[in-house]
Amino acid sequence: MTHQDTTQQQAAWAEESVVEHDAGTSYPAHATPGTEHTGREQLVLERIERARRARPRVREKLITLAHGAGGKATQSLIEAIFLDAFRNPLLEPLEDAATLTAGDTRLAFTTDSYVVSPLFFPGGNIGDLAVNGTVNDLAVSGARPAHLSAGFILEEGFPVEDLRRIVASMSAAAAAAGVSIVTGDTKVVQRGKGDGCYINTAGVGLITGGLTLGVATARPGDVVIVSGPVGDHGITILLERGELDLDAELVSDTAPVHELVRGLLDAVGPDVRAMRDATRGGVATILNEVATAAGVAVVVDEESVPVRPEVRGACELLGIDPLYVACEGRIVTIVDPSAADAAVAALRAHPLGAGATAVGRVAEDPPGLVLLKTGFGGTRIIDLLVGDPLPRIC
Amino acid sequence: MCLGIPGEVIEILPDQPDLARVDVSGVKRAINIGLLTDDPPVPGDWILIHVGFALSKIDEQEAKAAMDFLIGIGQAYEDEIAALLESRIDERQ
Amino acid sequence: MRFVDEYRDAEKARALAAKIAALCEPGRHYKFMEVCGGHTHTIYKHGLEDYLPESISLVHGPGCPVCVLPMGRVDDAIALAEQPDVIMTSFGDMMRVPGGRGSFFDSSAAGTDIRMVYSPLDALKIARQNPDKHVIFMAIGMETTTPSTAMTVLRAAAEGIENFSIFCNHVMIVPAIKAILDSPDLRLDGFIGPGHVSTVIGCRPYEYIPAEYGKPIVTAGFEPLDILQSVYMLLQQLAEGRCEVENQYARVVPWNGNTVALRAVAEVMELRPYFEWRGLGFISHSALQVREKYAAFDAERHFRLPGVRVADPKACQCGEVLKGVLKPWECKVFGTACTPEMPIGTCMVSSEGACAAYYNFGRFSRQRIREVSIESSRA
Repeated sequence: MTHQDTTQQQAAWAEESVVEHDAGTSYPAHATPGTEHTGREQLVLERIERARRARPRVREKLITLAHGAGGKATQSLIEAIFLDAFRNPLLEPLEDAATLTAGDTRLAFTTDSYVVSPLFFPGGNIGDLAVNGTVNDLAVSGARPAHLSAGFILEEGFPVEDLRRIVASMSAAAAAAGVSIVTGDTKVVQRGKGDGCYINTAGVGLITGGLTLGVATARPGDVVIVSGPVGDHGITILLERGELDLDAELVSDTAPVHELVRGLLDAVGPDVRAMRDATRGGVATILNEVATAAGVAVVVDEESVPVRPEVRGACELLGIDPLYVACEGRIVTIVDPSAADAAVAALRAHPLGAGATAVGRVAEDPPGLVLLKTGFGGTRIIDLLVGDPLPRIC
Repeated sequence: MCLGIPGEVIEILPDQPDLARVDVSGVKRAINIGLLTDDPPVPGDWILIHVGFALSKIDEQEAKAAMDFLIGIGQAYEDEIAALLESRIDERQ
Repeated sequence: MRFVDEYRDAEKARALAAKIAALCEPGRHYKFMEVCGGHTHTIYKHGLEDYLPESISLVHGPGCPVCVLPMGRVDDAIALAEQPDVIMTSFGDMMRVPGGRGSFFDSSAAGTDIRMVYSPLDALKIARQNPDKHVIFMAIGMETTTPSTAMTVLRAAAEGIENFSIFCNHVMIVPAIKAILDSPDLRLDGFIGPGHVSTVIGCRPYEYIPAEYGKPIVTAGFEPLDILQSVYMLLQQLAEGRCEVENQYARVVPWNGNTVALRAVAEVMELRPYFEWRGLGFISHSALQVREKYAAFDAERHFRLPGVRVADPKACQCGEVLKGVLKPWECKVFGTACTPEMPIGTCMVSSEGACAAYYNFGRFSRQRIREVSIESSRA
């Protein structure tokens, strides 16, 4: 490249992006640079809010790893492509499970696919994840998990012994969760067209007790509780991959939380607004969903969020925030303030909830935002995850 | 890019003396200490880690001096606040 | 975590903040530039501006090596990655930086073998594991990172590895600071100096700043108390009429730097006559290239680069943000056409970029933050 090089190109995608953005939207007049003035900063923040509320679109021409990370890109993909095409009232809440009605019976129905790499890791394997993950989605929807389906996509050359191990784990996990696997499917793809083993599970459970759970019901004053230390699963997987040469005593927290949830609901059921299974995208993703669905603010106290020292160390080394790292056996629950202490006690009464803590509150203002009060006393925003720091975690 | 984290040297790898096993809050990694050959670290030393290399040894005396300054500021602050409160009490009398 | 937690203590922060406020001359406004992207990140991550009085503004500078990479160089990197039988390796920061045709991330989606690594040594390991491929390491970073790249090349040479090279985009902080000082746009009262860069180059290279430009500089650590203490030290200098280089980060930064590191860099690399910096234009003697002696490890010599300059998009004001002339939210496309998920400019992509830091952490009126914090602590 020479100094006098006059061959200049333009980044067409950027020019188009700006034009697209300005056309068909009316923003408040842009603030002029120069003097400091909070009023003008406010104008810009309003423009941003308007942009964020705009209809989600997928601008990329190719699917990227970000679309699978559980953050902003995943959300845009779901809303702009799937919800847009399949739209119906049962789908729209986009909760962990859909609530179906059959006569007088209410059912929860959910599905998940598992593409974790590596297949075997400290604390479990893809089979455990597949059963526990679906059981958990049903449990946090207030249902008693009943039956699962299991679909396998196997790669030519995958060791049968590994398949036996995975299936044995699934059988044990199903028994532990009190569910039966009642239907399934198997496909095999050519070598190179599927990384060993992918699993899809769907599950159905019975909703009893007439509870109406949903993140949209959160209201100012509610307390946010997590059932234990965050980020164990994601960091365990990352370390197990071996690419980063990090060593630590960590195991995945994959576990069925149906009993934990049952204990919580038995103690304070009517006071529970919502429960969510914290998986990819971490606790931060769930809190953003609450803030957006209910039009409230969620204020989290950084010091209260339980994180194991090893998870914290790995996150500091790699520059990741533990709030975005996947769990597989943790729930986040929003409860009425009058029931907060009882809720924490109920969770702690179960071994899986030993580390349960209140970590924050729902506030009225600013709606749609998740704020973090740092240990240091400052405040910052916890936005939806962008990009994909940890691919194929679950 | 500036990301540098303090870690404690656990051991120098016996077959590779330019590598040390370092602990950061329970997470261990082999770190290249080749940039510290003028004053190699020993187990128990703390080093600054950046992209798999040790850039510098943490000077515990300087760290203590920095902390003493901060504690001193804190103490001075507390003394001032205490004095302020006392004077208020006096006013009320 | 030791050497981290004690520098995040809120009690001490309040005490320091009181001292800082006390040192401010009534009616005077102070503008300090923090050069390092890592400092920008800390300031926003911990909400440090809440601790400073209104009369102090922190201006964000160009010390983010990802942010100052021109789009054309990103295109060159992608062109290298797309060569047959090449594995491109890069730090995570680089993955989403947009060039003229997209980013590494986009290229990976289209089938290119691009892998994220934590260390250049990891890239070398991939080269050993894949003898039939050529592994290129995207070498970016300021003086903090340059020695690690140099040591990796030396190791590759010692082991006789033949399928490894680097695409060298290492830049130097001192010429960038000089460009800021020479710029007529900006009136600064002092600098919060680079922390980790200084562990390598030491504090002497900054002596020209007080000597020739009359501005004090304090090299600062990366924890919130470090930055607050540095602001305090700057104010003290101004109050006492001193103007010198001071080292707040003495627990890590040796005054004379790391001579082993500097020797390794000098052995493997040499100065480029000039290099383009996004937003700052061409700066002479501001970047490094691989020496002839190590040509075997220079990707630019192995492969032909398109070498085309790509003009910054008309709407992009990264240049002014990098110089500290514009605050992130004053950029016309901030938060609308340019967001972390669809960034136009580098300041929004890099975790250390001022725009990303502001959008992710500070995007909220400070007044309202105080209200929310007080409320939730009362509850």
